[in-house]
Amino acid sequence: MKPKPYMNPYLAGFLLGLLLLATIYITGRGLGASGAFKSLIVAITNIIAPNHASEAIFFKEYNASNPQGPMVNWLVFEVIGVVIGAFFSGVLANRVGLKFEKGPRATNMARIVTAIIGGLLFGYGSQLGRGCTSGSALSGMAVMSFGGIITMFAIFGSGYALAYFFRKLWLK
Amino acid sequence: MGPLVPYIISNEFNLIIALLIGIGFGFILEQAGFSSTKKLVGLFYGYDFTVLRVFFTAGVTAMVGVLLFQHYGLIDLNLIYINPTFLRSAIVGGLVMGAGFIIGGFCPGTSVCAASIGKMDAMLFVLGSIIGVFIFAETYPLISDFYLADNMGAPTMYQMLGISMPLFAFLLTAVAIFAFIATWQIEKKVRKVNEKTSPKWISRYAFASAIPFVIVAVVSFLPGKQEIIENRIAEAKRQQKCVFHEIDPDRLADEIVHHYYQLNVIDVRTPEEFEAFHLPMAINIPLSEITDRKWEDLFKQKIKTNVFYADGDTIVRMACLKANFVGDSKNKILNVSALDFKQMFFDITPPDFEVASKKEINEYNFRSEAAINMLQLTEALKNIGKPVTKTIVPAAGGCS
Repeated sequence: MKPKPYMNPYLAGFLLGLLLLATIYITGRGLGASGAFKSLIVAITNIIAPNHASEAIFFKEYNASNPQGPMVNWLVFEVIGVVIGAFFSGVLANRVGLKFEKGPRATNMARIVTAIIGGLLFGYGSQLGRGCTSGSALSGMAVMSFGGIITMFAIFGSGYALAYFFRKLWLK
Repeated sequence: MGPLVPYIISNEFNLIIALLIGIGFGFILEQAGFSSTKKLVGLFYGYDFTVLRVFFTAGVTAMVGVLLFQHYGLIDLNLIYINPTFLRSAIVGGLVMGAGFIIGGFCPGTSVCAASIGKMDAMLFVLGSIIGVFIFAETYPLISDFYLADNMGAPTMYQMLGISMPLFAFLLTAVAIFAFIATWQIEKKVRKVNEKTSPKWISRYAFASAIPFVIVAVVSFLPGKQEIIENRIAEAKRQQKCVFHEIDPDRLADEIVHHYYQLNVIDVRTPEEFEAFHLPMAINIPLSEITDRKWEDLFKQKIKTNVFYADGDTIVRMACLKANFVGDSKNKILNVSALDFKQMFFDITPPDFEVASKKEINEYNFRSEAAINMLQLTEALKNIGKPVTKTIVPAAGGCS
């Protein structure tokens, strides 16, 4: 079966905006994603290397501020929801299935390496910038946060500035 | 009044809410096409501006909504999470994320979304992100000075620019719509196709773009909740339509002694005046704080009668009026001042029993006895009479 077309971007944006508004109204906070990665890595470290987790300052601080454990966290539950929601949408639109997506000229190896390195940079940057595109840029824009909007410009600005150097990864 | 967490919705139930919100978030991201890396990076090469459209529309919708909610008192901006600004790390973090975006082709939210429908490149990106966070954790001691530098608190964009909130919302909306039009033209050129957009759709888009401007105009020019309350009070005063239920001091003393559990005695003077002297069982809510969220429960319940008092007639009437606008509890005002009450009960001088009328003697007996009873009651219920004050907790947020 052919995948169904994507939703009109403005309609999707409007719905996303309403969801974000509802989130702010109900919980007083915005949406997020990278925070769940942090919870996950803290939880893993707590299990694999408990000594390290109780010594290294980053883990110590995180565990101290999350007495119920790193996985009892708003963003962890939200990201579990994202997995369910995205899968549900994929099923409805016939888009579910193992696929490996890359630019037309990129080799498989190049895509594997760049996907990991890109993730690595994004993960690192999201911690440094106190939030990613969802938590800092989008939610920050909704509450007109100075830091959030600055980070948003930095993300997209650097994306554009570097686009030329990585064109072989994505363009024909 | 929002946010609903933690007093209307508990912190535990909040996690279930998080799951539901996440489902909506994932569904919308996938429907918009954010599960495809090619669609995402199209933004940077000019062949597909879906990301910009979805992102800006969502941001403007939520922002205008926050503005509107705030204006009509539905949400307390002091309590919602505003991302803190640490200028250096915000900029450098953003630059690093941008590099991750163009190299890896995703951002964290979209990678989870794409991985959920089976994109293997997205799964690798998720793996990479988790390693990235781990590297940050391990290098944290080395860069913590940089991470914590330039702490500016949590300023908003309009504060930094020195303009009003609605004006900033107006500017951002205008920028977004300009960007929509510009990218629509760029996309046409890059794709080298000449699709004609039908006039019907153009008028629909134009209509939709007008909506945020109308809301910003409403917020700028029409009175908000606080103003509406003040106006109504002023109007009612001008027409002298206010009906106050008064209670006289003897009656109040009797009520306090026998039915203290049916009353909230509310002192609307300043805390200093309250400290100096206050009625037995009274709690202190200064006039300026009457409409505060933490006292809402008091004025919305229908079990107890609220009795207001102060030293001046105007203040007490004002307090009672304001309380009437918060909820529909039964509100009364004491028709003498706090000092008069003190004189009548606690500083009472015995009449000359030889010449005093029977009425005067009765009055004296009643008042002196009531004074003793009230003091005993206050002593006995020292801790019960205190209201349970709500501590207002600002929400946490962002990706922390």
